[in-house]
Amino acid sequence: MADRLIYRGNKILNRVVLSIVLFIYCAACAQADGAPIAQRRPRYELGRAPSAAEIAALDIDVNPAGAGLPEGQGTTATGATTYALKCAACHGPSGEGIDKSPRLIGTVPPPGFAFASDASAPKTIGNYWPFATTLYDYIHRAMPITAPGSLTSDETYGLVAFLLERNGIVPATMVIDAKSLQRVVMPARRYFVRDNRLGSPTFR
Amino acid sequence: MTNPEHDQRKLTRRDLLHSAGVAAGVVIAAPVTNLLAQAVAPKTSATVAIPVDASRVPGLPSGTLGERSPFEKPALAPLGITTGATNTPHQNLRGTITPADLHFQRHHNGIALLDPVKYSLMIHGLVDRPLVFTLDDLKRFPAETHTYFIECAGNGRAAYRAPKPEMTPQDVDGLTSNCEWTGVLVSTLLREAGVKPAATWVLAEGGDAALLSRSIPIAKMLGDAMIAYAQNGEAVRAANGYPARLLLPGYEGNMSIKWLRRLKLIDQPNMSRDETSKYTDPLPDGTSRQFSFVMDAKSIITSPAAPERLSSPGWRPITGIAWTGRGRITGVDVSVDGGATWAAAELLGAALPHAHTRFQHMWQWNGKPAMLMSRARDETGYVQPSVAEYRRVRGPGTDYHFNAIRSWRVAADGAVTFNG
Repeated sequence: MADRLIYRGNKILNRVVLSIVLFIYCAACAQADGAPIAQRRPRYELGRAPSAAEIAALDIDVNPAGAGLPEGQGTTATGATTYALKCAACHGPSGEGIDKSPRLIGTVPPPGFAFASDASAPKTIGNYWPFATTLYDYIHRAMPITAPGSLTSDETYGLVAFLLERNGIVPATMVIDAKSLQRVVMPARRYFVRDNRLGSPTFR
Repeated sequence: MTNPEHDQRKLTRRDLLHSAGVAAGVVIAAPVTNLLAQAVAPKTSATVAIPVDASRVPGLPSGTLGERSPFEKPALAPLGITTGATNTPHQNLRGTITPADLHFQRHHNGIALLDPVKYSLMIHGLVDRPLVFTLDDLKRFPAETHTYFIECAGNGRAAYRAPKPEMTPQDVDGLTSNCEWTGVLVSTLLREAGVKPAATWVLAEGGDAALLSRSIPIAKMLGDAMIAYAQNGEAVRAANGYPARLLLPGYEGNMSIKWLRRLKLIDQPNMSRDETSKYTDPLPDGTSRQFSFVMDAKSIITSPAAPERLSSPGWRPITGIAWTGRGRITGVDVSVDGGATWAAAELLGAALPHAHTRFQHMWQWNGKPAMLMSRARDETGYVQPSVAEYRRVRGPGTDYHFNAIRSWRVAADGAVTFNG
């Protein structure tokens, strides 16, 4: 009886051990043969290391924490001058937008951020842009559209100050620079949420 | 030696003598009554004489490029766009591959012209070894070839916002195209550079006048993301990102950065303009959905569709394309009665992941008014929503990532019009 129990116990143990061995073996096989070819390739050691100057020349992006914001500063006053000279022709003297050049200024978000129900509600810096640093990043890289990349950092800071002030987000006296810009909280920030569809069969 | 007599892409005196004397036929783009007038006109016309019997006269000599038949004139529309989009003429296409010169174009400050010799791609940021690759370097890595659609996140919004009966499949959904792309996996390049554990996103930037930039989750970049230098077997077309572009299968087209010049590994999304104030979806609960990268399942009937007119009752295929950013299309249902009843259509060929799949449903038109619809299903179980459901869930003000069912009205006289 006792022998039988031991025998039975051994049998179960053997099966467990066999299963574990098989599992490890299969896992090893999968790694060796089942892994995508790309994961089994070596490094090819192509390309070259860029110099610090080469990286700096292209590394122009600015993030929400303010990383990448350069030296320089601007105010609503300097921005208004630049705006009139370099922006108003397309976006209108009051930032009202003309044709494909979007409206930039609109002070009050619609009640309850009602853009989903109101197709005509214009999305502006004042009511729809969630991060102030995006203004610097975008204006400096892409505007004005006929001479992109031509604005100095002072001009860009001035435009950012002007657009934030006209949208009622910062006071006219505020100097916008790397430090002050990263502290500006945009009115629309709290409305943005991450994608919640994530492959569900349900339409969202 | 060039013999002008043989330059038959243009109408020549000899061509006309042939066509007049031997086999007077049709002159494309010129009324027959003008034949003799053109016979003595200077050889500047781009028209071509079409013989009545092409087996009785020698054909055209070979040219430097394979021209389309003079009867076929598919074209992108509209023209002259520098900060907008031009659409693929789906009503002219029958398979799944979009000819490269008919791939839709969306540029934010014109088509950049880059010299392939001077081209370089920099990878830097949170990597062990910042690297610069030439185009030749990219081509020395193992290549991958895949057929993928690219769809603009704004595809379909204009036709949803302001439907017009005369809208064609090109007008309605021309901002999706499907090509075979060849290039190197981003993951291959990232292994060369060595990804630091803190890197969770990658900023991709183009070398165009918009320096278009988007943040992409590192998982996508270590997955099926590729840098394509060939399109349908030849170098990527200028408007599609020559000499090399990013390609993110299934993701909104804006993220597949063209004229790619830089990848920067970062620890948080950059919150660039096109991932914040653009391409985000306000929802009825008063939020705005951000980073909705994957394009949901969608389909459109490309025939019968405006401006077609059915010549007579009887059998014909209802055909179109379906696609999903979530993998493979598993089925397309077709309705001829405005959605009251549905029948499963046939899928032509293998349904490839993240690619246009062509469907057809043989239909015997009885000569009475009909309403044609198509409804795509994908491997996640997702079913393309109705316009009413789309409007209810997303809200009437939201139109990026539009993917609701389209309908085409067939009148008793055979006229086909877009019905929203």
